[in-house]
Formats: sequence, structure tokens, C-alpha cells
Amino acid sequence: MTITTENPLVKIEGLHKFYGPHHVLRGIDLTVNQGEVSVVIGPSGSGKSTMLRCVNLLETISAGRISVGGHLIGYREVDGRLHDLKTKEIAAQRREIGMVFQRFNLFPHKTALYNVMEAPVQVKGQPRAAARKRAMELLDRVGLADRAGHYPSQLSGGQQQRVAIARALAMEPELMLFDEPTSALDPELVGDVLNVMKDLAKSGMTMIVVTHEIGFAREVGDRLTFMDGGVVVESGDPREVLSNPQHARTKEFLSRVL
Amino acid sequence: MDHQENQAAPVLNKAVPVRHPGRWISAIIIVGVLVLFLQSLVTNTNYRWDVVGTYILDTKVVQGVGWTLLLTVASMVLAIVLAVLLAVMRQSDNPVLRYTSWLWVWFFRGTPVYTQLLFWGLVTVLYPAITIGIPFGPELFTYVLSDPSKGLIPAILGLGLNESAYLAEIFRAGLKSVDKGQTEAAEALGMSKGKIMWRIILPQAMRIIVPPTGNETVGMLKTTSLVLAVPFTLDLTFATNALANRIYLPIPLLIVAAFWYLLVTSILMVGQHYLEAYYGKGVDNLAPATINPAAAKASAAVAPSADAEPALRMDVPEEDPK
Repeated sequence: MTITTENPLVKIEGLHKFYGPHHVLRGIDLTVNQGEVSVVIGPSGSGKSTMLRCVNLLETISAGRISVGGHLIGYREVDGRLHDLKTKEIAAQRREIGMVFQRFNLFPHKTALYNVMEAPVQVKGQPRAAARKRAMELLDRVGLADRAGHYPSQLSGGQQQRVAIARALAMEPELMLFDEPTSALDPELVGDVLNVMKDLAKSGMTMIVVTHEIGFAREVGDRLTFMDGGVVVESGDPREVLSNPQHARTKEFLSRVL
Repeated sequence: MDHQENQAAPVLNKAVPVRHPGRWISAIIIVGVLVLFLQSLVTNTNYRWDVVGTYILDTKVVQGVGWTLLLTVASMVLAIVLAVLLAVMRQSDNPVLRYTSWLWVWFFRGTPVYTQLLFWGLVTVLYPAITIGIPFGPELFTYVLSDPSKGLIPAILGLGLNESAYLAEIFRAGLKSVDKGQTEAAEALGMSKGKIMWRIILPQAMRIIVPPTGNETVGMLKTTSLVLAVPFTLDLTFATNALANRIYLPIPLLIVAAFWYLLVTSILMVGQHYLEAYYGKGVDNLAPATINPAAAKASAAVAPSADAEPALRMDVPEEDPK
């Protein structure tokens, strides 16, 4: 899939993150175009998950700016000064951004169907019947229509993650964030989740995927970004970067994971 | 493809089980003691079972059970409402609310409930009237305090406020037990803080909260006997004590009181069992939540209007058949 028209949906500019004295992100720049699948790889502790979590404000932004769909995330700019957004306004911004977590984080007291229905009904105020119909369609799309009445604890890790993807899609986001979605899965369950993600990519969804799945990056990614030590070391066409890395650190990392 | 498969049915291992002589010895000792005790219940005339029989359904006693139940329920409801509020305040971003909650727990947990009950009984002496006005300025509104309830309201306040401090800590522990990923997932869906608390965190925390709260409720049932301090003089303990003093027979009336307390506690325990089953759904209670997938699909596709009922039935699992 190649994107010919430049139409940036996500712009991360000069992003820094401090945890106390720890300087975790040291000036990240990343642009994701509409419909693009941007894959981020890097060793653990490189800050790739932190960067992803900044995009929907699960982490505060210490310095720099992130905008999604032309809207500044977390702030309002008045006369050149940044003002924090209210909790409600932040919640409204998050509705446009779906997130899938490493540990699934399904609601254990609700069935798969109700996990998917929860936000459309409670946040968007959709009528239950419509939300339910849509939820069943989404569960069908991730291949789990027959598991609608199951609680998360009755599902395998891979099934839970696919329900989590359906749950995020139910809000009809314009952007999907994947935070190591297959890292907590048994090897034989990874494929099902990746297939759902490939499907989603084909349907034109804009995605930022933090992962260790190099094969996914090569096959589905429009752009591959390698991060290390809180900076972007290298970024470009995935096949290009994987076959011909320019930086020593990228080479070293790829030699260990490939 | 070659794999092994034994055609013959397996011979089950019929091992000789380990013997447990200790179980038999302990059973003989305990049953022996029990028989001796039961024999004494029948032969010892000081129990006065005839008196127990006379008073077990006495009007004063049954009314006492009613008042004790009312005190327990009313003060627990008050305490639970306050405790949810206090626990949520304690986790608030607002530092004023956080410290207020801490101070409340510090005070009401740090003073004896008996002292608090005495205090609430004397409140109308301490503050004959409540006046709202500007400090050192004009009065705007005056309300003369009186207690037409003959001690009931001070008793409920005393028991409820004291209990709220303990329950607040139980609720706080419950809220903290819910994985942080739950909040993050709900936040990422754009849910508001209130919705996250009421729909995601609290229902999961209830699993942890219900058992100790049941414990506290049973404790409260018996703590109500302290309302004598207010004074409130209609509860079960006061009623049976008064009867005992009148007829100079304390033992049979203690048995009457114990019988009623045990009966109410047993009923409370049944209620707790169902509450635990309800809030344990999806975790402890995996009773068939599976639905007929074809029916669900059909109802979703064909008759979305007839939604409310099947939706409800699906989330609340049916009773466990075993």
C-alpha cells in the first residue's frame, strides 16, 4: 500500500517526556498520514510505548506538540500560550482515538458483547439496539460472533485481544493505537490478532503500531520507525529499513530480532 | 504421520488410599463433648426452657428484633453512602476533598462508638438550636433542634457515622484492588470520570468490598445493643435485659436474645452469598454466560427493537445448575 497524497493525520513534533529526573523521550518527530500504517520498533525502554501513550494523553506531554486531525492534543493555544484542556475535553479527544493494550484490559465483569457496547452506549449515547447490532457486526469481523456472551476470563488471550480491537473500533475512531498488541500472547495465538490488524489496515484505517513483529512491519507497514534511547534513530519504508538499515544501532537491533 | 494409539482401554489405577486415623479420633472426641453438652441442656433445669418458650415470641422481644433490624439497616445504609463518598473523595484530584476524607476517617475511627453515641444523645443539650448567619453578624435562619424520635435519630447517626469511617477504608481497599489498566482502557474510550468510577471500577471493586462489608453488617447488628448510651431503649438487647430484670431469670432471656441474633445473622449471610455471586460474575462466578450464538446474531440482525430483555438476560448469568 503506498500513499501518494500527503495528508497528515497525526503530527508529533519535538515530543519530550520526563518522569522526574528521567528523560524518557528526547525530542520525537513523527508524522502519520491518513490511511497509513506506521510501525514503531525498538528495544524495550526505548520510549516507544510512552510515545504512543502520549498521543491519547495516558501520559502527559512534558514538551512538544501532538496534533491529531489538526487538533492539538491536551492543550488549547491562546495567544501563543498553552492552556490545559479540561478532563471532559480530553475525553472528547480520546473518543476519536482507539487504543489496544498489551494486556488487553477488557472489563472482566462484562461479556464480550457488553465490552464492545459499553462506550457507544455510555459515551456516545447510542440506542442500545443499534449499539448491540453494531457490536455483533464488529465481533463477527474479528471472528468472535459466537463468543459474544463469554466473559473475558472464558476467552483465550488472542480472543481477548480481538474483542479489545472490536471494542476500540466500536467508537469509530479515526486513528488506532496498538501498544505491543501481541507481546502477551502465546505464539500460536499471535497470527489471529495480526490477521485482524492486517484486515483493518486494508480497510484504510490509520494506525500506529508499536510491536516486535518485524514480519507485520514488512508486510503491512507503510512506514517503519526505529526508536532507541528516546529518539527516532531511523525512519522510512519498512522494506528499505529492514533490508538496508543505515544506522549501526538499527543494524544491531535487527540482527538480534530477525 | 505416525502417532501412537493404544487400542485397549486403559486399566484404571486402584491404589490403596492413605488412612486417616486422626480424623476418626478427633471425630470421637468432638462428638463425645457435644453429646455431653446436649445432655446438660436437657438435664440442667437452670436453663428454664419453659421460660425461653414463653418469651421467645413475646411482643416486646419481637418489637425489639424489629427495632434492632431498623437500626442496623438504617445505619448501614447511611454508612455505605458516606463510605462510597469518602473513598471516592480520598482518590480525588482535589486536595481539599482528599484531606477532608482523611480527617473524617481519623476522627470517627479514632473515638469509641460508645462515646459517639453518648455525644449524639447530648447534641440537643450542646446545640439547642442551629443558627445560620454571618459570623459575628446578623442571623439569617434559626432551627430549634429537638428529637421527636426518642433517641432513634441520634442512635442511627452515631452508629452510621462511626461505621462510615471503617467502611470508607474497606471501600478504598476495594477501589485500589482494581487494575490500573481498567481505568486506562475506559479513559482511552473517552469515558468520563464519573462513568469510569460507577460502571467500570466500582462494580469490580464490589467483589472485594462485599465480604468485609457483610462482616461489618453482622458486627453492626450486635453493636446496636450499645444504643442504650443515647439512650434508645427499644432494641433487642434492652428489651430482653428489661424482661430478665423483671423476672430475675437472666439465662433464659439471654438465650432468647442469642436465638434472634443468630437467626438474623443467618439471613444476612444468605443475602451476602447472593451479592457475592452477583458481583463475582466474570471472575469467581462463571455460571453459564454462554448464549445461543445463532439467536443472538438473529436478534441483532432481525429484531433490534426487541432488545432490552435478551440483553439483560445475557449479562446476568443464569443460576449455576450444579
